Amino acid sequence: MAAIIQLRGLSKHYAKHIIGVDDVSLSVEDGEFVTLLGPSGCGKSTLLRMIGGFEQPTHGSVHLAGRDVTWEPPYRREVNMVFQDYALFPHMTVGQNIAYGLKMAGMDRAAARAKAAEALDLVGLPDKIDQRPHQLSGGQRQRIALARAIVRRPKVLLLDEPLSALDARMRDQMRIELKHLHEKVGITFIMVTHDQEEALTMSDRIVVMERGRVAQDGRPQDIYDHPASPYVANFIGTTNFLPATPAAAGRFRVAGGELGSDAAGPAGGAVTLGFRPEKARFLAPGETAPNMVEGRVAEVIYYGLGLRTAVDLGGGASVFVDCLLPDTLVRSAIPQPGTPARVAVEPHNVFVFAGQVQP
Amino acid sequence: MARSVVSRYGADTAFMTFVALLMAFLYVPIWVLIAFSFSSSRSLTWPIPGFTLDWYRKLFANEDLLTALGNSFYVAILSTLLSLVVGVAAAMALHRFHFPGKTLFRRLILLPITLPGIVTGISMLNMFSLFGMPLSLETVIFGHATALLGVVVTQVYARLQRIPRSLEEASGDLGATPLRTFLFVTLPNLRSAIIGAGLLSFVLSFDEIPVTFFLTGRDNTLPMYIYSTMRRGVTPEINAVGTLIVLASLVLIVLSVIATRDRSGAGR
Amino acid sequence: MTALRRNLSGALVLGIPLAWIVLFMLVPYGIIATYSFWIKAYPTFKPAFQFGNYVTLFTDPQYVQVLLRTLKISALVSAASLALAYPFAYWLVFRCRWQGVRTWLYMAVIAPLWVSYLLRAYIWKTILGTEGILNSFLMWAGLTDAPTDIFLYNQFAMILTLTYIFIPFMVMPIYTALERIPPNLTEASADLGMTPWQTFLKVTLPLSMPGIAAGFTLTFCLSFGDFIAPFLVGGPDGNLIASVIQTQFGSALNWPLGSALSIVMLVIVLSIVSLSDRLERNSTAGGA
Repeated sequence: MAAIIQLRGLSKHYAKHIIGVDDVSLSVEDGEFVTLLGPSGCGKSTLLRMIGGFEQPTHGSVHLAGRDVTWEPPYRREVNMVFQDYALFPHMTVGQNIAYGLKMAGMDRAAARAKAAEALDLVGLPDKIDQRPHQLSGGQRQRIALARAIVRRPKVLLLDEPLSALDARMRDQMRIELKHLHEKVGITFIMVTHDQEEALTMSDRIVVMERGRVAQDGRPQDIYDHPASPYVANFIGTTNFLPATPAAAGRFRVAGGELGSDAAGPAGGAVTLGFRPEKARFLAPGETAPNMVEGRVAEVIYYGLGLRTAVDLGGGASVFVDCLLPDTLVRSAIPQPGTPARVAVEPHNVFVFAGQVQP
Repeated sequence: MARSVVSRYGADTAFMTFVALLMAFLYVPIWVLIAFSFSSSRSLTWPIPGFTLDWYRKLFANEDLLTALGNSFYVAILSTLLSLVVGVAAAMALHRFHFPGKTLFRRLILLPITLPGIVTGISMLNMFSLFGMPLSLETVIFGHATALLGVVVTQVYARLQRIPRSLEEASGDLGATPLRTFLFVTLPNLRSAIIGAGLLSFVLSFDEIPVTFFLTGRDNTLPMYIYSTMRRGVTPEINAVGTLIVLASLVLIVLSVIATRDRSGAGR
Repeated sequence: MTALRRNLSGALVLGIPLAWIVLFMLVPYGIIATYSFWIKAYPTFKPAFQFGNYVTLFTDPQYVQVLLRTLKISALVSAASLALAYPFAYWLVFRCRWQGVRTWLYMAVIAPLWVSYLLRAYIWKTILGTEGILNSFLMWAGLTDAPTDIFLYNQFAMILTLTYIFIPFMVMPIYTALERIPPNLTEASADLGMTPWQTFLKVTLPLSMPGIAAGFTLTFCLSFGDFIAPFLVGGPDGNLIASVIQTQFGSALNWPLGSALSIVMLVIVLSIVSLSDRLERNSTAGGA
């Protein structure tokens, strides 16, 4: 399969040792939905803007369908962007906004208007063609921005935090719509977000970024089930971290007991184990398991979908255990703070990271 | 509690009296001017003996004055156009580019606003005479445009700052070269600022004296004509001219307010 | 090819204003700077390099007097404008409860700017003269028996006229600065127990300083360079710097001296503007 985007050693250094992007190499296949994920300041937006041509790298190169476009201005790249503030031209109607890119490409007015109407159909707003941006709601404006970018059939569509300006309900709806749009249109999407849930639900592939570098690059389930570093494990989903020292082969001593892991840990030395709260379970009183730790229930938090229980393992260490509630909450089933508890987790769900990690 | 209410009431009354007096100070002279333009007596003493339109009739028969008026229009229109072209370019340069000496560039463009017109006029006079250019309405136009640049740049630059950067980026993203982005995206959003600056420049050029004084040849502009008439003594025709100018200014102010009212949503 | 094209439009955008500045400002200023070192040789003047003109300006009492008088008048005009403009702007922004009234009154103060400057100066000449409106009104009202000439052709008339003309320039920046003060600052101050007067002194006034500086600078510089209004209403006191410059380039044919005086004016204005700029920058940096 052809790589539609290739980034080679891309860096953006600012004055006085401020690094925006540090030596990023990446390959995106045609038709993929890739998300650049990370907290603010990690360089994801800068990276996106370099792909779009709005910033120039200090080192490295950008290749689009085999062509080196590193120094090409945006109007010469077959890439289009949906801006975070939508950037709809306030002095034009919706139809003129969408037709703008076609007009720049030389299409005549009638044909451009027809194509604009098509694009509006695609995003579900066919009757807005003669309205002005200020007359529309946030969600509608976002869809117009999408239509405007898609109508030129670019090779790659860039999306800069497209859902951040929407309220929660609109966001959920747009996530699904964007995914459907991607499937329908078949263009490569590269999206930037800081919302890990968005990344998990929408992407074919996630690139997790940390301080200008790529922390991990893979499919959502691979990143979730096999995080490469404590940073990734903590940024995506929640992870319990436990300092540990090696005991027997594949087994480690932690506060509250001993845990084994299937992961190939580093050879020797102090490590940190991790596991996700929903992968752990409580043992019934008197029950044991080969992979378990013991402690006392510290606190129980109810969050609608389930219960999150904090278990104090002694020595300052504690872990969370999440249980879904398949049926309505039965008061008597809630663990009481102070009671002893045993937590079990399967070895294939335990991560091993080198060094000691501050939780 | 009561005392503060009373003192607040007292303060409000004092303020409003002050404002009323200030308004009187500003406008009574103008009303006086208008009133005396209809006075049938040549002297400007109170009370006004009778009502006449003679002075206005004399005005419209005054060939010199009408020529001067035409000259003023010619100069004002051309210098406004020039200052708009150069001013918009300067504002774009200040907004977009970083270059050595940018602060000096900005200070120089804005300098003629505070710099006495006499210095601008004299320095340009010297330059023209050194290059052997005779003085004429055209040299006046260059002088006015130089003096008015700062007005245009201030207004246009302020407006440019308020246009989100992403609009220009989006235009480029959709395939427009920088020139086309300027024509189709930036300029339409600058419309109100350009019209406002243009109107203000027009009025200032129409009214300009110090620079004109030194750069004009044999042709007079309207203010130059009025000034030379004034030096010979006060005449009631001047009141008539004045009243008409007040009327014209009123019309221009209304025009400017209407034209610079942003289309809703534009450039918010 | 792309690089060249991109730079061409950029070069034009920067190049046109740059060329204009060089041709119509730098070259002319350079010329008068050069002339200022020349020497007056009957009947006109000849090239030289000497500071004689500047020495004359600062030692000859006739010129020193004029310079000082101009500075004094400009300061008084600015002070008077400030005294009138500030309470007005303050009332508009903080005390005026009707939005429509506020807009209209603001425009009413700015509107005279669009009426001819010459007229606004001339009006006071007709009002204040011995044959003028004020005198005849006073006689008609029975307050005086004969016309007095104390109103016109003196410094009082000049200050009055110039203040009348330049008030809008003082109102605009002060109004803008006052408007920018977030209302919750004054509310917080009242909440913390300060009287309205204290709030004004400690919160409003300092925050409006940039506006005051801008207005003062503008009014000062405009009065400083004016020669028309002083000529019309100032009488013998109406001989300010600008009038002196005008004479040097007119009948006195002393271009070197006139140029030196122009340069002095240029330097004074530039210093005031950069001083005010620095004040503005410091106050926003410290207070914001």
